[in-house]
Amino acid sequence: MSTASLPAAASPILAVSRLCAWYGRAQILFDIDLTLARGEVVALMGRNGAGKSTTLKAIMGLLDRVQGSIRLEGADIRGKPAWHIARAGLGYVPEDRRIFTELTVMENLAVGRQARRSDAPLWTVDKVFELFPNLGRMRNRRGGEMSGGEQQMLTVARTLMGNPRVILLDEPSEGVAPLIVEQMAAMILDLKHEGLSVLLSEQNPAFAGAVSDRACILEKGQVQFDGSMRSLIDSPEIGRAFLGL
Amino acid sequence: MTLASLLVQLLGGLAGASTLFLTSAGLSLIFGVTRVVNFAHGSLFMVGVYTAWTAGQWLRPILPGSAGGFWLAVLLSTVVVAALGALLEVLILRRIYRAPELFQLLATFAVALVLRDGCLWLWGPEDLLGPRVPGLTGAIPVLGMPFPRYDAALIAIGPLVLGLLHLVLTRTRFGILVRAATQDREMVSALGVAESRLFTSVFAIGAGLAGLAGALQLPREPANLGLDLPAISDAFVVVVVGGLGSLPGAFLAALLISLVKAACIALGTVELGGFSFAFPRLTLVAEFLVMAIVLVMRPYGLMGRAAAAPRSLATTLPAENAAGAPGRWPWGLLVVGLILLPWLAAGSPYTTVVLVDVFCFSLFAMSLFFIMGPGGMHSFGHAAYFGLGAYGAAIVLKASGWPMLWALLLGPLGGFAGALIFGWFSVRLSGVYLAMLTLAFSQIVWSIIYQWDDLTGGSNGLTGLWPAPWLSAQVPGATANAAYYLLTLICVAIAVLVLRRVLDAPFGLALRAGRDSPQRAESIGINVHAVQWAAFCVAGTAAGLAGVLYAFSKGSISPDLVHVGRSIDGLVMVLLGGVEALAGPLIGAAAFTLLQDTAGRSFDYWRAATGVVMLLIVLVFPQGLAGLFRMRRRPSTT
Ligand SMILES: Nc1ncnc2c1ncn2[C@@H]1O[C@H](COP(=O)(O)OP(=O)(O)OP(=O)(O)O)[C@@H](O)[C@H]1O
Ligand SMILES: [Mg+2]
Repeated sequence: MSTASLPAAASPILAVSRLCAWYGRAQILFDIDLTLARGEVVALMGRNGAGKSTTLKAIMGLLDRVQGSIRLEGADIRGKPAWHIARAGLGYVPEDRRIFTELTVMENLAVGRQARRSDAPLWTVDKVFELFPNLGRMRNRRGGEMSGGEQQMLTVARTLMGNPRVILLDEPSEGVAPLIVEQMAAMILDLKHEGLSVLLSEQNPAFAGAVSDRACILEKGQVQFDGSMRSLIDSPEIGRAFLGL
Repeated sequence: MTLASLLVQLLGGLAGASTLFLTSAGLSLIFGVTRVVNFAHGSLFMVGVYTAWTAGQWLRPILPGSAGGFWLAVLLSTVVVAALGALLEVLILRRIYRAPELFQLLATFAVALVLRDGCLWLWGPEDLLGPRVPGLTGAIPVLGMPFPRYDAALIAIGPLVLGLLHLVLTRTRFGILVRAATQDREMVSALGVAESRLFTSVFAIGAGLAGLAGALQLPREPANLGLDLPAISDAFVVVVVGGLGSLPGAFLAALLISLVKAACIALGTVELGGFSFAFPRLTLVAEFLVMAIVLVMRPYGLMGRAAAAPRSLATTLPAENAAGAPGRWPWGLLVVGLILLPWLAAGSPYTTVVLVDVFCFSLFAMSLFFIMGPGGMHSFGHAAYFGLGAYGAAIVLKASGWPMLWALLLGPLGGFAGALIFGWFSVRLSGVYLAMLTLAFSQIVWSIIYQWDDLTGGSNGLTGLWPAPWLSAQVPGATANAAYYLLTLICVAIAVLVLRRVLDAPFGLALRAGRDSPQRAESIGINVHAVQWAAFCVAGTAAGLAGVLYAFSKGSISPDLVHVGRSIDGLVMVLLGGVEALAGPLIGAAAFTLLQDTAGRSFDYWRAATGVVMLLIVLVFPQGLAGLFRMRRRPSTT
């Protein structure tokens, strides 16, 4: 580990501890501990229904009942409204895309636009279109008339317009063409390069392995493995046990 | 009828469509973003009419005889009502965005009650005549017929506002946020948009539109306290017909309904094959007929879309807890006590009179609970079945001359027949749409009763409905109405028992399964629509019986029995008691009836008082009184 990343490791940008969450009366998450260092990509893995999306939603303030602590650079954000959390620098890309189908590409980006932040890279429409050239070619197309892959890019682009420090990215590879999956992987590495931290929910081990520094495996709402991507790849029995590989 | 007179009628319809559209646009905008159906919207319209009147009074000495004064008053009342809307949003609505739909409707209805009494307090009960608008008095000739100048101006205002709203919605960031939030407000919030500020501004704009519509209406109609309910039910119909949340849809629907009404008036009485049919009488029901037809053909309105299920919001009521119902003994003791009461309370004869009301409304509330709690169908027109039962019995008694017992047995079939017809349509919809359709049906029943003088006595109603002599006879040592009191008690107790049995039977389980997950229920072989339809019929019959018992206790009936207000009373009773427990509706009906009886006799502002109680229930005790009791009794179980 290089000396430069040491202070980051000492004070993670996002620290989740003993996180519990419920849907109605059903408890879904049980004492989740999780950290994300500055500029780090962490893959949150696990089978269908393991609680990956729920973890991201709980962090984003989208669930009614959550316990534990969620700290963004030391400040506790648990219990704050979602818009407040977003303004604190957390960007959320939901799993089912949820773009505004009635709005054009430009209008979708306008919804995501936030004031510039001194501690995070500034995104403009032009810079976003550099990252996603196809979107630049369909500025006035309505969201509902775009392909799945294009919609996926638009969700990411829309979140970037808020100049986030941390991105919660929920299964960007799901249901899109292999070519787009490759683009998504390249994009995540680009974002990492810009200094962003990414918490990535992902089922596809190849994809997760290619972009992540660390992995955290959930099973039935509990953390079963937390370590470097390297160590996960080196111990296939873990993958067999929790990822069904 | 000449072509010219038809044309003038239709133009008048267009003028009416403008204010109708403005009110509805506000309602639609608010619903689109906040998902709250604002029952107080008609009251905001009414406040607009009144504030325009007051502003006019102030401005007249300052700007005598100029049109500027009128338009300034219009602007002022728009702003005042917008501010009032913002205040309501911050104080009340903000707290209930996550509450079940039904609670939201009740909270806003409570606001409507408070606003109505607020107007009574500020402006008094007399009608206030509006000004003539300088420069727009008189008429212009249309094919030789006079057409009011002011109406011509109104015709232009509707499309103008539609255009303006369209510009704001497409060209400004605020408009983009409104459209985005209409589709997915949670996502908008997750992108860093402060929901609270967006919602407050949308509410203010929606309220402002209602205020504007009200102010513009003042020259056509005097300010009076009866404006709120028609305004809200018209706006509901327009929004539902147009499709919830769609402004062009609302515009189209406003045009359609206004023109259909105008055409009805223009057609006049038509002779057809010896029958004479008075079309103008149809105006009262025309809009509801249009709505019923549109909803059956396009369940989401002319331009509406199947609303994506709102995300992560509790939209259904908590399920009632059959196992938690109080045991048999307390109920048995209560019934025995009530049977002895006429003798125990011989000194205060009014007690048993009030209790007959309590019994009737307990059954009414229980029957509403039957489709609302386990059935999950929130009927906003349950008074229709109550009224149909009462009128059914009265007509049997008057027309046939059969003994009263026959009327008692046959009357409830009136409620059954109504439920059979309306239920068939209603079970095909759900949520707000079902609520509105049931409201529409009850309004149709009301209009028919109101207009069919020969059969129903019209607005005077029917009198002389006294129970058989043996039921009116004095029972030795008891209160004056003891015999009828006992009859009511027995009938209601049996009916409530039957309803409870039905809910515990497989039928009740099927009903709940259909409520909780229609798809799953269908997949295990339950015909959900059929079960719900049957539930409607059972509830309609029970409500009909309640109506019959009520009619004979009063001796006379009037169309008021079917009024929207009574349907809402029923909802309040059920909620007051709490939908979670089977005992809820009984407790709620008793509490509500006694409360209204005392408040109504001693206090001018009892509506506002009811409103405040309703707000308290929704904001503080969402589980109702029964929930409160249960919390006390079994604190540890959840
Ligand atoms: N809205 C909801 N209401 C109730 N339970 C839910 C809801 N959403 C998810 N769950 C339950 O929570 C658990 C975790 O779901 P979650 O969506 O977090 O899983 P996931 O790991 O993201 O799975 P996937 O890979 O399928 O996206 C599952 O058992 C699921 O059934
Ligand atoms: Mg998921």
